[in-house]
Order: sequence, then C-alpha cells, then structure tokens
Amino acid sequence: MTATQELTPDAGAASDLAGTLLIEDLHKSFGDLEVLKGVSLTANRGDVIAIIGGSGSGKSTMLRCINFLETPSSGRIVIGGEEIRMRADGTAADRKQLERVRTRLAMVFQSFNLWTHRTLLENVIEVPVHVLKVPRAQAIEKARALLARVGLAEKEDTYPLFLSGGQQQRAAIARALAVDPAVMLFDEPTSALDPELVGEVLGVMRDLAAEGRTMLVVTHEMNFAREVADHVVYLYQGRIEEQGPPDQIFGNPQSERLKQFLKSIN
Amino acid sequence: MEGLLDLLGLAKSAELLSLSPPGWGMNLLRGLGKSLQIAFGAFGFGLVIGLFGAYGKLYGGPVIRDLLAIYTTVVRAVPELVLILILYFVGTDLINRASEALGYGRVEISGVAAGIWVLGVVQGAYSTEVLRGAILAVPQGQIEAARAFGMPPVMLMRRVTIPAMLSFALPGLANLWLIATKDTALLAVVGFSELTLETRQAASSTRAYFTFFLAAGALYLMVTLMSSALFQLLERRSRRGQPSLKGAGR
Repeated sequence: MTATQELTPDAGAASDLAGTLLIEDLHKSFGDLEVLKGVSLTANRGDVIAIIGGSGSGKSTMLRCINFLETPSSGRIVIGGEEIRMRADGTAADRKQLERVRTRLAMVFQSFNLWTHRTLLENVIEVPVHVLKVPRAQAIEKARALLARVGLAEKEDTYPLFLSGGQQQRAAIARALAVDPAVMLFDEPTSALDPELVGEVLGVMRDLAAEGRTMLVVTHEMNFAREVADHVVYLYQGRIEEQGPPDQIFGNPQSERLKQFLKSIN
Repeated sequence: MEGLLDLLGLAKSAELLSLSPPGWGMNLLRGLGKSLQIAFGAFGFGLVIGLFGAYGKLYGGPVIRDLLAIYTTVVRAVPELVLILILYFVGTDLINRASEALGYGRVEISGVAAGIWVLGVVQGAYSTEVLRGAILAVPQGQIEAARAFGMPPVMLMRRVTIPAMLSFALPGLANLWLIATKDTALLAVVGFSELTLETRQAASSTRAYFTFFLAAGALYLMVTLMSSALFQLLERRSRRGQPSLKGAGR
C-alpha cells in the first residue's frame, strides 16, 4: 500500500492543541446501570492509545461518548482545546458546535457502517462535499488518492455490500481520512472480520499511526496494541484499572485483574 | 379490420367506444385522466403526510405521537367510503362556513382539489405506517455513521435515511399507489366525474353496460400494468447497492 499523496493530519489547524483530546471524569449510566464510573484520559497530538478490557468493561461506551453517539451523564470532553458544551443532563448544549467538532473526529465502526446505497467513491466524498462543502472535483481527486492508499483504487464504483469485510473496513478508513480528522476513533475495527482479513486492516492502521495521527483504538488485538500503541489503557467495570506504555502493560502488569485478563485472552 | 369486428359481433361495441361522438370513448378517457390526476395528487399528498407522520411517530414527543396514533387508527379503522363522505361534506361545509363568515359567500370547490384532499388524508395514514416500517429497517449503523461525521438532521434524512429506506418502502408504496388509483372510483358517490362515473353515465345512456364496464376495467388494468413496470424499475434502482437475493435461502 503506497501513499500516493501525503496527507498531514489536521491540515490547516495552526493551534498547538490540534489533535489533542482530553476526557475528564466521564460518567455514563444506562438507567440504573453505571457503565463508566469516572474515566479520565489525555491524548497528545500523534498519540496512539489502545483501549483494552473485557466485554462490558465500558470501552466502546467510552469511545462513543467522545463524539456523543452516547450522551455522557457527566464529565468534560475537550477536543483540540475546544470543550463540548454540555447541559446539566449531559446532552450537548449547542448542536452546531457538536456537529462542527464531530467533523474533526472521524470514527471507524466495528460493522463498517458504510452507506450501502452509495458506491465507495460516493461514500468517501459524501461528508467532504455535503458537510464540509469542499468542491466536488477536489473531493473526488482526494477520495481517489485515499482509496488507492487503502488498496481499493479499482473498486471505486462498487457498492459496499459486494465487497469483503476487510475491503469494507478499509473503505471506511478512507471515508474517515477524507475529512482530515484531528482525532480518529476506532471502535473494535477488526472484531467483525474473518481472521485472514484482520491483517489488511491492521496494516492500514499501522501506516496511519506511523504518520503521526492521534488515534484511540478500542481493540482485542493485543499484538497490535503492543506493537503500535504509545499508551495502553485497561478498563475494568467502568474504571481505568491500569494504564501505561505497552511494554509495561503487557510485560509487567501490576493489577491482578489485568494479569487475569491477559492470561484469559492468551 | 371492419370485417373482423363484424365477424366477432363487436362492430356495435367499437362504434360505442369510438373516440368521436356519438361514440363515448372520449368521455371515458377524460374520466381516466381525472382519476389519474386525483390518484397522483392524493398519493403525493399522502407521501408528504406519511413522511412527517413517520418521523413524528418515531422521534416526536408524547403529544405528537398520540395525535398521530389517533389519526392512523381512526383513518384505517373507518371504511373508506364512509370516510370520503365525511371528509368531503365536512371539508366543503367548513370551507363554505368560513368563507360566509368572512363575507365572501359560498365558494365553488373544485372536484379535483376535494378529491385529492379526501383521498390524500386516507393515503397519509397508510403511508405513515409504510414509511415508519421502512425507516426502522434502515441499519442503525448507517444513520449513526452520518451523525458521527457531523451531518445535521435534515441533511441526514435527505442524504442517508430516505435513500436507504426506499428499497424497504417501495413494495408498500406500490400497493398504496394502486389502491389510490382504484379508490378514485369511490369519489363517484359525491358526483365527481372520474372514470367510474363517466362509465356509468355512458352505460346507462346506451344500455350497453357490459361493453362500457369491460372497457373501464381494461383501462384500470392498463394503469396497473404500467405502474407495476415503473415501480419495478424504481425498486431495481433503489436496490442497486444490495446483492441479489436470487438463490439465497434455497
């Protein structure tokens, strides 16, 4: 996969805070069930943070609270120095602001979530053309470069459901890159893939990490977390149980629960 | 041609159905035109009501949801003929009273407009349910993806939800359209000269009931056949992103 066009993360943002993310004391309850019990996390520009944990630990919920796909119950979320304004009940106070911030937070989903009535090229240009108002010709040119970059240059006129899961996920990554995101959120991007297709998606993500993008990756791929992440966060029952550089987390875990977890997945 | 019709004993029928007087063909076609005009208007009006209704039922507050539930329940519960009589007479009466109160005197209400309003209200109730089901069938992830990328709600509806739900809605909407074309016949009871009333007039004037009602039936059938072909095209287009189901489930 060769890069046909160098794309700097967050082009045009002059601020030092571009590509940073701050989560402070994030709580989230579904009814009586408290899923997140006060999570705080800081990502500097270019950080790749892997979030690991067992099922029900709240890792996906945490990721989905960052762009308000789930409404947090309380806490602060600051992206690129801009805090998302919240009402007392946790809903976004300013829809326009939320929409603007969301365009800078590209998300890649477990089940790809490509728009199935549009071709790959149409999927990739959709947000730039209609939300960001980029001229169509310019958006198409960039979309072609991105599709070529994820190895799908030949497939631009194909509809998503005619492709393999790995191809769909790579297209979804191209769609995410098309908005020049400041921070990329990956919600278990390889969990729905057949084992032999996992590698191609992780390969693309490895390239993105190497070019210095800020990435939050909820994952079960421990090898990926170990080799690519700068920082690993282990969530247990809605709290950060342990965090640190991958060598420490995987090589010398401190908490019993993390030791148990690592043993159980190996 | 003439000889053939004579041979089959249809010369008389052909004469009755001829497009120029004394034939009644033109009256039938005029009636068909009016029927289609109303069906088209009512179907469109119903779609607009249905879209708002579906969104209201899915995302509206409790008051809106309750009002819509009453609307769809009542309209779908009462026989259409009764509903047409009620809506037609209540509607025209209300307009006349309002106009008299304002000092304009009685107004002549166009039959086409009244027909579209009456059948549109009926169609809207069914459309609401067809579209609500179709919206629910759109994979939630596709809507979520649009929200995650910062798409505002109206754009999301226009760019994602409506095109994505179309393939689920079209079979139901095709049904509704065909029902609309035939429901226009019910307007005959309020004296609107659509195809059925024109046919009845032609038949009773000439005593050739069989000929004229058979001809009207053929016209309705033609409309149905052409509509089906059109809806098939639309459906194929709306399914362009979905692999064929042929061979699946065997």
